[in-house]
Amino acid sequence: MPKLNINGTEIDVENGSTVLQACEQAGFEIPRFCYHERLSIAGNCRMCLVEVKGMPKPIASCAMNVNDLRPGPEGQPPEICTITPPVKKAREGVMEFLLINHPLDCPICDQGGECDLQDQAMAYGDNSSRYDENKRAVEDKNIGPLIKTQMTRCIHCTRCVRFMTEIAGVEELGLIGRGEDAEITTYLEKGITSELSGNVIDLCPVGALTSKPFAFTARPWELTKTESIDVMDAIGSNIRIDSRSGEVMRIMPRNNDAVNEEWISDKSRFVWDGLRSQRLDRPYIREEGQLREASWDEALELVASNMSSTVPRKAGMIVGDLATAEVIFSLILLAERLEWKNIDCRQDGTILNKTFGEASTLFNSTIEGIDKADAILLIGANTRLETPVLNARIRGRWANGLVDVGVIGANEDLTFETHHIGNSPADLSKLDHGAGGFAEILRNAENPMIIIGATALKGEDGLTNLIAAAKLAEGYDAIKPGWNGFNILHTAASRVAGLELGFVPEEGSLGTSEIVAQAKNNQIDFLYLLGADEIDTSNLGDAFVVYQGSHGDAGASCADVILPGSAYTEKNGTYMNLEGRVQHTNRAIFPPNDAKDDWAILRALSGAIGKPFGFNNLNELRTQMYNSNPKLAAVNSLEKADSQDVIKLAAKDIGDLSEQALSVCVEDFYDTNPIARASKVMTEMSAIKQQSAEKATGTHD
Amino acid sequence: MSVRRIAQEQPEKFEFNAENMIWAEELIKKYPVGKERSAVIPLLWRAQEQNDGWTSEPAMRKVADLLGMAYIRVYEVATFYTMFQLSPVGKKAHIQVCGTTPCMLRGSKELIEICKKRISKTPHTLSEDGDFSWEEVECLGACVNAPMIQIFKDTYEDLDEKALEELLDAFARGEQPKPGPQIERTLSCPESGLTTLTEVPEYVPLNLSIGASDVAEETASEKEASGEILTAVSDTTTEKKSDATEVSSKENEASPKDSSSADKTTEDLKSAAASALSEKSSGGKAATDTVSDEDRPEYLDGPRDGKGDDLKMIKGVGPKLEATLNALGFYHFDQISNWTPKNIAWVDNSLSFKGRIDRENWLEQAKTLASGIETEFSKRANYDDAPKGDK
Amino acid sequence: MLQDKDRIFTNLYGMKDVGLEGARKRGSWDSTKYFIDKGRDWIIDEVKSSGLRGRGGAGFPTGLKWSFMPKESDGRPHYLVINADESEPGTCKDRDILRNDPHHLVEGALLASFAMAAHTCYIYVRGEFIREREALQRAIDEAYEAKLIGKNNVHGWDFDCYIHHGAGAYICGEETALIESIEGKKGQPRLKPPFPANVGLYGAPTTVNNVESIAVTPTILRRGGGWFAGLGKPNNTGTKLFCVSGHINTPSTFEEEMGIPFKEMIEKHCGGVRGGWDNLLAVIPGGSSVPCVPAEQMMDATMDFDCLSGLQSGLGTAAVIVMDKSTDMIAAIARLAYFYKHESCGQCTPCREGTGWMWRVLERMVKGQATKREIDMLFEVSKQVEGHTICALGDAAAWPVQGLIRHFRHVIEDRIDQYAANPDPDGAVGEPVAAE
Repeated sequence: MPKLNINGTEIDVENGSTVLQACEQAGFEIPRFCYHERLSIAGNCRMCLVEVKGMPKPIASCAMNVNDLRPGPEGQPPEICTITPPVKKAREGVMEFLLINHPLDCPICDQGGECDLQDQAMAYGDNSSRYDENKRAVEDKNIGPLIKTQMTRCIHCTRCVRFMTEIAGVEELGLIGRGEDAEITTYLEKGITSELSGNVIDLCPVGALTSKPFAFTARPWELTKTESIDVMDAIGSNIRIDSRSGEVMRIMPRNNDAVNEEWISDKSRFVWDGLRSQRLDRPYIREEGQLREASWDEALELVASNMSSTVPRKAGMIVGDLATAEVIFSLILLAERLEWKNIDCRQDGTILNKTFGEASTLFNSTIEGIDKADAILLIGANTRLETPVLNARIRGRWANGLVDVGVIGANEDLTFETHHIGNSPADLSKLDHGAGGFAEILRNAENPMIIIGATALKGEDGLTNLIAAAKLAEGYDAIKPGWNGFNILHTAASRVAGLELGFVPEEGSLGTSEIVAQAKNNQIDFLYLLGADEIDTSNLGDAFVVYQGSHGDAGASCADVILPGSAYTEKNGTYMNLEGRVQHTNRAIFPPNDAKDDWAILRALSGAIGKPFGFNNLNELRTQMYNSNPKLAAVNSLEKADSQDVIKLAAKDIGDLSEQALSVCVEDFYDTNPIARASKVMTEMSAIKQQSAEKATGTHD
Repeated sequence: MSVRRIAQEQPEKFEFNAENMIWAEELIKKYPVGKERSAVIPLLWRAQEQNDGWTSEPAMRKVADLLGMAYIRVYEVATFYTMFQLSPVGKKAHIQVCGTTPCMLRGSKELIEICKKRISKTPHTLSEDGDFSWEEVECLGACVNAPMIQIFKDTYEDLDEKALEELLDAFARGEQPKPGPQIERTLSCPESGLTTLTEVPEYVPLNLSIGASDVAEETASEKEASGEILTAVSDTTTEKKSDATEVSSKENEASPKDSSSADKTTEDLKSAAASALSEKSSGGKAATDTVSDEDRPEYLDGPRDGKGDDLKMIKGVGPKLEATLNALGFYHFDQISNWTPKNIAWVDNSLSFKGRIDRENWLEQAKTLASGIETEFSKRANYDDAPKGDK
Repeated sequence: MLQDKDRIFTNLYGMKDVGLEGARKRGSWDSTKYFIDKGRDWIIDEVKSSGLRGRGGAGFPTGLKWSFMPKESDGRPHYLVINADESEPGTCKDRDILRNDPHHLVEGALLASFAMAAHTCYIYVRGEFIREREALQRAIDEAYEAKLIGKNNVHGWDFDCYIHHGAGAYICGEETALIESIEGKKGQPRLKPPFPANVGLYGAPTTVNNVESIAVTPTILRRGGGWFAGLGKPNNTGTKLFCVSGHINTPSTFEEEMGIPFKEMIEKHCGGVRGGWDNLLAVIPGGSSVPCVPAEQMMDATMDFDCLSGLQSGLGTAAVIVMDKSTDMIAAIARLAYFYKHESCGQCTPCREGTGWMWRVLERMVKGQATKREIDMLFEVSKQVEGHTICALGDAAAWPVQGLIRHFRHVIEDRIDQYAANPDPDGAVGEPVAAE
């Protein structure tokens, strides 16, 4: 460990760290604009200049490796000064340069209050400007509906360019021109097509790139900040919900190295306008084909009486993608009281079930484990669209040349190069032992990962594919002490908790697809949809449909009774992410009007059928839930599943693998749940994507 | 420079013609596999040449597609490098007037005025007939021929207002005026005629032989020792010649006396080299045999305290000569500073670089150095031994 | 005074056969194989002993630079890159090597590449030098044809020599920007360390040398490092191409001994200063990047690194810009400030913002539309740019301005006074200062 002398104090620092990191470690703050620890080093803002004894010029501390420093003539540790007058002068100089062409429009700038330039100008700048010339003006660029640009404010730190190129893997932003006329733009101002683009807003140290939907709506200091969890996909990104006067104003990422680092997808970030529209804010009852407003008592009574009169085998319950563990647990209690068996939390029709072993339902390698993987096989999994943030991790590892990725399924652009092995599960045979190509890569891998997506786990072939994948994992030594390379890529936030709680039909009972099919034949009399909108609701026969949820979407439109629930920003709930990590959402705002917390609705319903639950508040509910499912009590920790589950699964016999090409799981990233569909921003993004796809196929000759 | 923007009106598409396509494929091979994007500047340039002197937006995309680059990366390159014209230029001539100080001092401002008057008030604007356009560019690297302009591939130098007017007239007539200086002058040679290169001697090939590393050693060290020049002046027999003769004849009198004269043949040189070889192979001490050992200065079997002085600090002594001196038993400045005239003659003879010890005042230098003071030369020699960058 | 027999570039003006045949008659390609057989270390030692300092402006010892390359390859190829991006205002020496004496360069490229275990050399010629590029390509083709270079050549060292060209960017003369440019990117300098000798072109060990530095090496080897070291002055050895432009009677490029007295040089090769020595105002002795030197200091100067740095200037590329008393010094330096503003790559803050600021202030000072306080401010701004940037362009932009203020402050002050006394001499409304 190299020793440094920083401002007179000797410290030991990590090999390979930068001088900037060393100074931070020693407790000296170094101002910076271009430096960002998750991006490559640009060294262009020159704000982090420090003095190194013996060097003629100050150095950019962000770019200088401590190992490159030379010891003094008698072997003394290199001396670094961060608080001397020359350093102060250098910083003032850089600050002045940054400000001469920066507009004085802080009062109307959305970055105000959280602007690095503002803060550092206060801390490190001089108190006046000597610049008498005309300031530069730069034309704003239209780069899509998400990011607002005010390019005059740009200080050319290129964080955004580096993020898009390195992390998002989409080479669309660039710095054109040169000298003082250099400008950040996309090619001919085309919209950015990345699913992670919003992160450049957080990265931009000034107000050049700001959130378009959030523009001019609030000041950061007016916002109430609530730490919570995202539910747009299954990775459980850590977020902060900024709200004001009962409305969500924006959503920002929180740092969690184990999950989302500090990125979130555009859907997670910009979906909040969907929380305001299409809301179910009071109970409705369908009368003569028309929905009418109703009181809670009226609605609950109607549901209860229909419930009680339904024959259990002719009843079904389906849980949607956004439900909390508490609600699923409550629904299980209700089903038990009614003796209903046709229950399912897998509205996508996959065969995942804890009965095949817990490890068969989880992303066992963990998200952080990707940083150890050296070969990844994706089977029917489009990580880019299903879990963009997780995809960025794979890309990061790939960009460093540390992992090879093979794909079975549709050959799509994942922002990194892949070996496309085939389209159907039968192509797994190409990976038989002894084969070359990607099989050899897998064979030579230290930590191989196999990731199976939902599309490969659906229907009749699902189990075969699951077992085949387990066999592959075992065969390629992906299951060993300290490493479990068998992974399920979930797409829904609610799914893992649902499986953990056992919200799946027992042998002989009906699952999602059977319930829907039977309903079509009028074999289902009662269907309870808990936020389930992704099923085929076109023909549910004469079933009495109850929809409990937050948004008027597919489910609500076919419902006979609507029970208005709350969205994920409006409740304290428990989610398990695809790894099995338990995390809590926190209520940022209240549900609108008469809408209620979902567990409370179910509790009321249990009373209405005369079999009330034994808890009166969320804490009591949780206590009861933890008693039956202790795993859910381990909040913010991750307990790994027994990898022997995969070995046992691999021992099962299977028939022939399907030769049918695997379908695409997420066709439209911006349109995967009721909240996203209610969001104007998401709808606009979705339309743009469709247009450009049409244009691409239309003009490609 | 103001912000560079691509032209509003763009052609539908761009395709390289067949000839350029073949050229492009050859070009890409110049770069390592996987580094094809290196070809972006040459390709864009060729596209610009094919496209009447400007780079269109479809051309950028074409180049990007050819090289597997993102469009934005090509766009960055095309806007960064100012030779890429982003809007159409004059059909007959695009006048690039160098305006940087060396040209400015000699009248480029007046040239720009003519362009403004005859072509358009603003740069990068087509003349009314579309035949001409102009811009002020930064130093074009022909400063001794200032002021100058570049039109497409050629430069027109040593201009004045009249000359530029005439050039523009000629281009307007569709002519291709002769490039280069527009006054009576050869390239960068002084207008008044040659001040150098009037007495360049004819080059005499060394034809140094291959594989005889010992010869190489010898010749090189002598070359260095004597500062001998290896071109001989063709029409005169100078002192140099006798020096050179001495080099080759050193001890072996059989070596032809005229071996270094201008008319010597290759064979002669080869035989000289061969004799040098035989001399060398007869033993490293051969040279010392001819002089009286009495005159030999005091010498050491090895440096005192195992470390000799850096004799290269003496002006005239290089690494090779130092090694030779060491081999003769001289390791320290004080040894050299104590040489008597007879000693000097002995050393002179042994190393056969007549008079150099005196000429370069080794004794004086060595005396100074021995006292620990730096000579002017040793100061500069220091940087060789104390590289700044590799510690 | 250098004699013709000691001149290296004997076809500087292209008056003789430029082709291989002619070049051979002048000594090129003689005994090249012999030098290669002598080995890498021998060549590097010889170049070291010649005292050759880089001819691109910085004057770093060439042999030393070569010795920084790894001795053994770790599997990565080594590259030699030759910097023919001659764009420093005032400089036009490499142009004459490229078009009239290209075989010196091609042979030097082979020898230098061999000395650094490189099998590939890229010569980066500035985009504007189209005819020069063509001439150089002809020489390379001839050398390939004659099996002097290429695979299985007569010298026994496989060697490919390629021309790459720029497209109008002064900054590509900075070695790492040049490498970026060859890699197909914008010419934005890289952070150092790592230095090119460790991580250069395509991530491989690379040495970047100026055309002249490489082109003189074959002759140095043929005549011995001692010969070269014997010319010039200690620490400033050898011969050098000088290009003298501006207010002299016969501007020209010529090869002279390092350390030649300025006056002698101007008299002999440039026909004297226009209007006589009394008419000399100032000289920029080493290309636009070095500070100007007033006439009285220049009179006794010698043209070498040490003397000129003693005058707070530099030899740079030995491009001498002579200015007589008709020169508006402020305008001359303002034009250079514009040049640096135009050529700043825009990557790092002090240069991107500072070059434009300095130019704008100077443009006002040309007219006198400034205050005297602003002279000190301008000097401070130049100090804020100097030494704080990624590459040396920031320094190069700052120095001419500092030179102006150091030596011609009174001119600026007079101009300001003049303007203050009569701000509107023509009766017209004062022209607004344009943003561009």
